Amino acid sequence: MSHWIIAPVVLPAFLAAVLLFAARLGNGAARGLTLAGNAALVAIALALFLAAAEGPQVYRLGDWPAPFGIVLVLDRLSALMLLLTTALSLVVLVQAIATGWDVRGRKFHALWLFQLMGLNGAFLTGDAFNLFVFFEVLLIASYGLMVHGGGGPRLRAGLQYVAVNLVGSTLFLFALATVYSVTGTLNMADLAVKLPLLPEGDHALIRVSAVLLMLVFAVKGALVPLHFWLPGTYAAAPGVVAALFAVMTKVGAYAALRFGTLVFPPDLAVTAGLIGPLLLPAALVTLALGAIGILGARSPAALAAYAALASMGTVFTALSAFTPQATAAALYYTVHSTLAGALLFLVADLARDRGAHFGPGSPRLPGGLAALFLIAAIATAGLPPLSGFLGKLMVLQALPQAAPWAVILLASFLALLGLSRAGSALFWKPQGPAAPLPAAQLLAPGLLIAGLAALTLLAGPAHDWLSATAAALHAPQAYIDANALPPAKGP
Amino acid sequence: MEALIAIAIGLFTAVGIYLTLRLRSFPVILGLTFLSYAVNLFIFAAGRLKTGAEPIVGTTELPTDPLPQALVLTAIVISFGMTAVIVMMAIGSYLELGHDRVDPDRDEGAQ
Repeated sequence: MSHWIIAPVVLPAFLAAVLLFAARLGNGAARGLTLAGNAALVAIALALFLAAAEGPQVYRLGDWPAPFGIVLVLDRLSALMLLLTTALSLVVLVQAIATGWDVRGRKFHALWLFQLMGLNGAFLTGDAFNLFVFFEVLLIASYGLMVHGGGGPRLRAGLQYVAVNLVGSTLFLFALATVYSVTGTLNMADLAVKLPLLPEGDHALIRVSAVLLMLVFAVKGALVPLHFWLPGTYAAAPGVVAALFAVMTKVGAYAALRFGTLVFPPDLAVTAGLIGPLLLPAALVTLALGAIGILGARSPAALAAYAALASMGTVFTALSAFTPQATAAALYYTVHSTLAGALLFLVADLARDRGAHFGPGSPRLPGGLAALFLIAAIATAGLPPLSGFLGKLMVLQALPQAAPWAVILLASFLALLGLSRAGSALFWKPQGPAAPLPAAQLLAPGLLIAGLAALTLLAGPAHDWLSATAAALHAPQAYIDANALPPAKGP
Repeated sequence: MEALIAIAIGLFTAVGIYLTLRLRSFPVILGLTFLSYAVNLFIFAAGRLKTGAEPIVGTTELPTDPLPQALVLTAIVISFGMTAVIVMMAIGSYLELGHDRVDPDRDEGAQ
């Protein structure tokens, strides 16, 4: 049993605690320690990513066997999300240091590491209640990061964000308690074994808790009509924090995918035909609303926030089919939209820092920023040659129905219009001398663009890998076997 | 006993939802607290209600399920911490803005 599986959770927790005690060492030490720790996390995630190809591996906390102890499970999906999270976090952290965001408030680096700990734990855990705990860890760190730098409007947006998520957490607990009262277990693999054996009388309770769980994941993933927190929060949050949050909404999609394939698979009689048909319309409306929001956004940051909303709509649209092909497409689009969304947030933040807005009197921006915006817009709208085009193509191919095609194509067109309008308002109309753009601030956006280019050039191998991941998700026996559960007693 | 607990959970939830929908941050926080009380009782009840049973095997004839008690303890600690955070943020936004309304100003989208 490899102890490395716990490292993505323990390492940031330890470093964050050290940072809290070593606050008097100054910003240089905090920056160095966080960068080094984050780089180590990327290396660990890469090693786990390579190890996960051999099949799911289980790490027992305290060596208690499942389902009594809590287990962490490393499979291809969790390894992919770990790698995506840690790599994105490292790149965005570089930008936070280059723009000086990290010293505009206190305890930025410790909160950043706690956020990583929560995200990594949520992707790794194989226990439903432990998933709730890691949700809370990442949320409480995100509350701190969201109001980093202070200011009245940011604090109040933060207040709304916390209130919405507290209600979401309460719903999560109601759902988990219902599941436990019926099945007597919260280990996800054990649930997958026990749910098909349930007596008829308990079906109604399980259906209620399945819908409650999906509601919670929809709050995290900002699906309409539970999306109201996202535009205000992401637009008010510091740009670098919003760029990290690009992966936080994906936690909702990850959890919905995990529960929708492992615990409530499409062929489970209790919840058959329940989850997908509920998710699809919500996802399509989310996509449409995000695109309209891009068109109507009143600031660059709000534009990036609505682009994040639209990307969640696309991801959930593909997820809701729960077929291997659609899941592979959803995963590809998840990776793409995380990178593209983070890039757009970074560009919007650079523009906002120079006082740019859509109205008259906006200052002239440097040409380098215009080029970055162009690339971010191409990636966001899903135009060739970047990976957004391929991602949307895969989603369309996997969903041969009229409604998703119409909404995705129309929403892409609206997003394109909105992004062109924003680009011309920001970069063509203003006059006067342009503010400088330090080369250090181009490093992180450049790395994100390199990631998008790599995802485009290596689309073939990436798609093969993701197809294997989707196939493993839809045939979860290996995941269940890895948990080494005691033999079931039967109904 | 079941009916009593069920009514209590229902009442707490109803009060919590009503207060959460209020306009000012203080009632909203109180509402969230009521919701967390309701869910704590609910988790506790998920382990079945028994009187005189201990959560330790061997001390009583029919032990009660210890896991929901552990779960509810975790949930209480987390909701307590979260409440502290939201109270601090509410105070911060009240001091910065001079009012404690939860909804955004009309002109805020243009910032």
